[in-house]
Amino acid sequence: MKRRFDDGGWSPYLAGALVGLLAIASAYATTQWLGKTKYLGASTTFVRAAGVIEQTADPERVAANAYFAKTKVKIDWQFMLVLGIFIGSLASAASDKSYKLEAVPPIWEDRFGPSVTKRAIGAFFGGIVAMMGARMASGCPSGHGLSGMMQLSVSAFVALAMFFGFGMLVAAVVYGRRAG
Amino acid sequence: MSTEQWMGLVTGILFGFLLQKGRVLRFEKQVGAMLIQDMTILKFMLSAILVGMVGIHLLAGAGIITYGHKAMNLGAVLVGGGLFGIGWAIMGFCPGTSVGALGEGRWHAVFGILGMLAGAAIYAELFPFFQSTVLAWKDFGKIALPGALGISPWIVIAVFWALTLGLFVWFEKNDL
Repeated sequence: MKRRFDDGGWSPYLAGALVGLLAIASAYATTQWLGKTKYLGASTTFVRAAGVIEQTADPERVAANAYFAKTKVKIDWQFMLVLGIFIGSLASAASDKSYKLEAVPPIWEDRFGPSVTKRAIGAFFGGIVAMMGARMASGCPSGHGLSGMMQLSVSAFVALAMFFGFGMLVAAVVYGRRAG
Repeated sequence: MSTEQWMGLVTGILFGFLLQKGRVLRFEKQVGAMLIQDMTILKFMLSAILVGMVGIHLLAGAGIITYGHKAMNLGAVLVGGGLFGIGWAIMGFCPGTSVGALGEGRWHAVFGILGMLAGAAIYAELFPFFQSTVLAWKDFGKIALPGALGISPWIVIAVFWALTLGLFVWFEKNDL
């Protein structure tokens, strides 16, 4: 528990524990003021955002789609939460000067080189597969990984095991095991 | 903006701030955990879970808040969870951290975000097909582990704390 915080970052144990407190406070506050207990999550927002974008091109198609109807295309609590993550991260990075423009992450570059196009294609298709999986499973590492685990939901234990299980398998194949 | 939207925004700003301070937004932290080289994101997630589960169960037990379990739909969680893991390893971000990574300058996260928007639209198109196949296999409903085991949540929480603290010791001993 030493190094790694020399760039101004906090201990992940501390930052994580504070997120735990935030999740509790948020569950309490949403119940009190909005009448419904809300838990941290992110992936549903991508469905709503996709719906908002698709509406500008073909509103009838969105209106007729069963999944958009079920999810409801609207700018809700979680949508604003996801926008807030961007702002909070930007503020934090600015506060300790850890903001860094990066086109290709180091582990990726070691394996695939500095091509931004390759990274863009990989991330785009990875994003498609990940989001289809998250929506099928009804949650991502926030909704299942944090919120579901806090509630001891059975689905969260299974989902998180699948996330990491397949993630480890694919990461080992794609990036190889570099000497630590 | 409505009260709901303001509350979401403020919560999100705090969440994003803590995600960035914990240094869990980066590609190398996410993929580093999958390669078992850097367990920062697990330390962060498990710490949040340890603290959160106590408060959530205290409040829900007192009837102040309600649980919001996600359904244990076998096909959905197994196939969806597996697909997510595959995409996550390639993209190097999850949905929440992609937006945060963009906030701290890792602008290549934008490609992942565009892919995820496309993935959401594709999922919406294919939803009827999934509904009659993968999602129709077996649904155990919105179940929680203590209920499924027939024991008090506090026993599960105590065991979870003990196992997780043991894992933390192992992480630190191995400098992960």
